Amino acid sequence: MQNRIDQLFAKKQHGVLNIYCTAGFPKLNDTLPVMTALQQHGADLIELGMPFSDPLADGPVIQDSSTKALQNGMSLHTLFTQLAEFRQTIHVPVILMGYFNPVLTYGVEAFCAKCAEVGIDGIIVPDLPMAEYENEYRPVFEKYNLHLIFLVTPETSEERIRKIDSLSKGFLYAVSSSSTTGKDKNMNDQQAYFERLKSLQLSNPVLIGFGIKDKATFDTASAYANGAIIGTAFIKAIEHSQDIDKTVETFISGIIQ
Amino acid sequence: MDIAINTGNSRYQVDKNGYYGRFGGAYIPEMLYPNVHELQSKYLEILGDPSFQQEFEALLKDYVGRPSPLYFAKRLSEKYKAKIYLKREDLNHTGAHKVNNTIGQILLAKRLGKTRIIAETGAGQHGVATATVCALMGLECVVYMGSIDIERQAPNVARMKMLGATVVPATSGSKTLKDATNEAIRDWINNPIDTHYILGTAAGPHPYPDMVARFQSVISEEIKKQLLEKTGSEHPDYVVACIGGGSNAAGAFFHYLDEEEVKLVAVEAGGKGVHSGFSAATTQLGTIGIIHASKTLLMQTSDGQIVEPHSISAGLDYPGIGPMHAHLYESGRAQFLDATDDEALAAAYELSALEGIIPAMESAHALAKLKDLPLNTDDVVVVCLSGRGDKDLDTYIRNMKK
Repeated sequence: MQNRIDQLFAKKQHGVLNIYCTAGFPKLNDTLPVMTALQQHGADLIELGMPFSDPLADGPVIQDSSTKALQNGMSLHTLFTQLAEFRQTIHVPVILMGYFNPVLTYGVEAFCAKCAEVGIDGIIVPDLPMAEYENEYRPVFEKYNLHLIFLVTPETSEERIRKIDSLSKGFLYAVSSSSTTGKDKNMNDQQAYFERLKSLQLSNPVLIGFGIKDKATFDTASAYANGAIIGTAFIKAIEHSQDIDKTVETFISGIIQ
Repeated sequence: MDIAINTGNSRYQVDKNGYYGRFGGAYIPEMLYPNVHELQSKYLEILGDPSFQQEFEALLKDYVGRPSPLYFAKRLSEKYKAKIYLKREDLNHTGAHKVNNTIGQILLAKRLGKTRIIAETGAGQHGVATATVCALMGLECVVYMGSIDIERQAPNVARMKMLGATVVPATSGSKTLKDATNEAIRDWINNPIDTHYILGTAAGPHPYPDMVARFQSVISEEIKKQLLEKTGSEHPDYVVACIGGGSNAAGAFFHYLDEEEVKLVAVEAGGKGVHSGFSAATTQLGTIGIIHASKTLLMQTSDGQIVEPHSISAGLDYPGIGPMHAHLYESGRAQFLDATDDEALAAAYELSALEGIIPAMESAHALAKLKDLPLNTDDVVVVCLSGRGDKDLDTYIRNMKK
């Protein structure tokens, strides 16, 4: 079967909305209800965070959601149990995002096999460097038809962007500014970088993330790339939600209506 | 005093990919790539530059007060029936070995054109040493410190502030050294252009473990010369050092790594006992994984979550060890022991009483294992006395009453 991420970009090249949510947050068993609501109300892609004790690339909001999820009892084993039958109801592409240590401890091949078994389409591991992936892990990810999605930043050289583009599958995750997640930086300052990315005519679609929080920032990002990724703003929205479905509906309608 | 540059084909030194055996590497997010790559590609050239070495040596001599003495501890030797020498890093300016590395890195930062310095600290010794060199060079300094450590190391917090540094509490996770390091790395991600991160231990992404070990290697370089003068041989039977991340141990072991007749002993913090659930003895409790961008041994759950360690010593309260040490452990080149909180306290009181030297809580862990080494009367033992105990007086006073 063709990877669902590729299927998505084959039919939709503009305004692709990817929403990030930490698995097991705000409550342990909210993972599936949140995913269901995201699909129902118009998210094109779901990025599910695998919580980690030491999330180096994340700002305080996603860190706290990760801590909360771990306190709720979330683990990779629990997550795969929750996801065992999710493909019966959820058809949008789903990406797992998390740090390398839990994956390494689970076993990279066992992890990839399990992802393929439950129906995961792509993986983002921000602290798995390109060179290590290329030298050691690429065949395993490819064997299970999992797309490894790499990050590029405003400081990434063109030569390196092209190399990353050649190794990436699915799409490129363009970090809008050199920062941890959830930092409020002025999007206008980044437009030169977005222009530059666009002009490179990369082989992968590009989604912009970090600092995307509302309709205005989503539209700006979408003008330069195939779409954008929202994380911190969504975590804030559902943190104290009494009605997940309603909260997700309100949140998404504020972005794409 | 030379920075070790040519390390030849040692089995124990870093390889060209930044690994020690199967440990090491640079597991960094892309946001850190420009900074880390810049360091990787330039550090050896800068460290090897004769004008850099001159500057480094001059500051170590006139500012830090090196060489630090190698002191024959007569009464301690009588007690343990061996010839025990103390490498007096506690007599350095700022009170510990940490300043050797911060002098080196601040000179490096200047050559890279950086104007802002960040650091993590546990006991506060590295924070003070960083704040000191920033004052010396007139650079902005931000130090991340776990909020629990801020409480238990108040004098060092005051020192850093007096030296002009901003001390930022790390309030995530266990609120100790691990979390302070996370916050420093996050700061670096957010400030990719003007900032250099002075990491204080022989851990973190390549090239930090190697760079820090090279700056600290002055310790074993001096031990060799001083021991030759005092005993006629530059080779002791044992070199003993405490290990959290492992910077003083890396420096004390460095020039002995390939001289296998010298036994290297690393002492970890056993906390309340290795299997008590309150320990920082990484080689006994740890498994391979990634911590602070390095593949090494670390304490973690079966699900790969990093465990919160415990030690009475803030400087050893770290759930990992540097990749060089993980390799020394796995290859058997160094022997790893652990000292409990109580053993370390007893050793600190003993050194104070026998030699008139109040050691840092960290260094006391190394001293605590003298009783467990199978020593002969002719054995020459060098203990790296990595720091002085002023910062730990509260802990010492509190425990004296017991």
